[in-house]
Amino acid sequence: MSATISSEAVGARFAALRAAGRKALVPYVTAGHPDPERSVALLQGLADAGADVIEVGVPFSDPLADGPVIQASSQAALAHGVTFDTVLDLVHRARVAPPVVLFSYLNPLLAAGPDALARAADAGAHGVLVTDLPVGADPERERWFGEGPLAFIRLVAPTTPAARMREIATHGSGFVYLISRLGVTGMRADLPVELPDTVQRLRGVTALPICVGFGVTGPEQARAVARLADGVVVGSAIVRAAGESVDAAVALTRSLRAAIDTV
Amino acid sequence: MTVQRESGRFGIFGGRYVPETLIPALDELEAAFDTAMEDVAFRTELDRLLADYVGRPSPLSEAPRYSQLVGARVLLKREDLNHTGAHKINNTVGQALLAMRMGKKRIIAETGAGQHGVATATVCARFGLECVVYMGEEDMRRQALNVYRMRLMGAEVVPVSSGTRTLKDATTEAIRDWVTTVRTSHYIIGSVVGPAPYPRMVRDFQAVIGREARQQVLDRTGRLPKTVVACVGGGSNAIGIFHAFVGDADVELVGVEAAGEGLDTGRHSASLARGTPGVLHGTMSYLLQDAAGQVHPAHSVSAGLDYPGVGPEHAFLKDSGRAMYEAVTDAQALHGFETLAQLEGVIPALESAHAVAWITAQAGRWRSDDPVLLCVSGRGDKDVAQVMEMGILGT
Repeated sequence: MSATISSEAVGARFAALRAAGRKALVPYVTAGHPDPERSVALLQGLADAGADVIEVGVPFSDPLADGPVIQASSQAALAHGVTFDTVLDLVHRARVAPPVVLFSYLNPLLAAGPDALARAADAGAHGVLVTDLPVGADPERERWFGEGPLAFIRLVAPTTPAARMREIATHGSGFVYLISRLGVTGMRADLPVELPDTVQRLRGVTALPICVGFGVTGPEQARAVARLADGVVVGSAIVRAAGESVDAAVALTRSLRAAIDTV
Repeated sequence: MTVQRESGRFGIFGGRYVPETLIPALDELEAAFDTAMEDVAFRTELDRLLADYVGRPSPLSEAPRYSQLVGARVLLKREDLNHTGAHKINNTVGQALLAMRMGKKRIIAETGAGQHGVATATVCARFGLECVVYMGEEDMRRQALNVYRMRLMGAEVVPVSSGTRTLKDATTEAIRDWVTTVRTSHYIIGSVVGPAPYPRMVRDFQAVIGREARQQVLDRTGRLPKTVVACVGGGSNAIGIFHAFVGDADVELVGVEAAGEGLDTGRHSASLARGTPGVLHGTMSYLLQDAAGQVHPAHSVSAGLDYPGVGPEHAFLKDSGRAMYEAVTDAQALHGFETLAQLEGVIPALESAHAVAWITAQAGRWRSDDPVLLCVSGRGDKDVAQVMEMGILGT
């Protein structure tokens, strides 16, 4: 029973937002950054500031999809001895209302063992996203995620052809994460010009909610993305603010919330 | 064993564990590679360049004084005599031709010892391609001369200061570049690692080593070698020389990893001996990692072996028992470096010196007329300054 509730929480949140005519704010934080104690306070602060879903990064030693800000936060978390179990403990202790999606590379999840997803669900996580497990890469392990207790969020890139977009959407649940641009995570000045077109193509092949991330920096961009998509993921900008203070990250989240709500 | 083309796997190893952004580029690369390898014009051009530019076939040298020490007929496959001084160029020539077929004019590469970076800069100069090489700061210090060589040939060398500042982090940084520039750039991986189709493609470009050597040993001795020995970091020279012999059940295949300061010290690069299966840089293979799945820094006196992973086909050959993997320490490798220099007038790369050291340690294992094929994957000129600085040799 609890399995079903975990995986459906993400979808339920988007259904509620859609009914209310609102867009989702999805902040990302690296678990254990700036340190484990403040990490719990940060999760609670983001929830209070109006996050609809929170992405919690599982730190990895070789984060090849991430830019300098998230790399540095991962290194800091690892230096504090953060493991997969620590991540689950932080999620458990934070007990936030918005659904929590784990954002991870495959290797730390494999190392956590066959019951990793069940333990994550027990700790209060609702979804999982694996940056280096594209559709079709490893059917056996994709089944592990797809049939587990968590929503399995898949990624679509600007380079993904339309037929493959459809396949990706079919093999995922919760929402589709659309990578806004070529490259790694990190803050950029503008949104890519082809983004509206990419969102439209994706809309044509899936009924799942679409969240856009990679390079969304501040309220202006968040508002622009919210006009196109169902949700906005903000990672590096939040992580950078969290490196200054929890309050700074919470304040940024509030301003993002306000910007998105004017759409 | 040939790889299953659809899955890009060697048994349970290999695969494509990369961000979604790269999938279409890997599909394109795989299709371009398979088409090219069946295209007579491509094969002809590749063969011509390997002959006229690289200097192939590389010789097979007798090693009479070293053979006496070991008690076997040791035959040296002289990849050190290739243009740029190592086997790496066999692969970069092939991939550069492929990049041009795909219309990509910017090349990315990672390098550890600098040999792959030099081999990439070389072919980029030859074909007029833009070249960006990622290299760990620590390796740039160890291999300053190779940094200068790359720059001399017009390449941009980008220092990587994250993590261990060696090959692992240079590779991660090269992949980040590729994710960003994938529409216009081709990434020339230097070893049989990375996502499919790289392990199979790099193997096929390096397989020329074993094809030549198998025929050369047959011509010279009238029989196949008893044992084929090569060093293994990522494992491209080893796969290159092993591939032609995989079907010869009586030929023993031995890969030699870097035991660094000792297998029990935690400071080594022996992924096959001491690693566990995991995913790094897009492939599933043996990996030096902790219980939480964080990649453990590798160590070796030789920058080219200083990598915590290993090619997935080696992982398969180990588990299937077709090849055997051993490890020798930094100290043994330095001894091997000195031995081959003094007995044969061949200064091997520190990487290749690991294979030498294993053979030396096995003296008495063979009959005196047993051919033992040793891959001298590169020349040691690049390492002379480092070894001199270490003050190891009694000069």
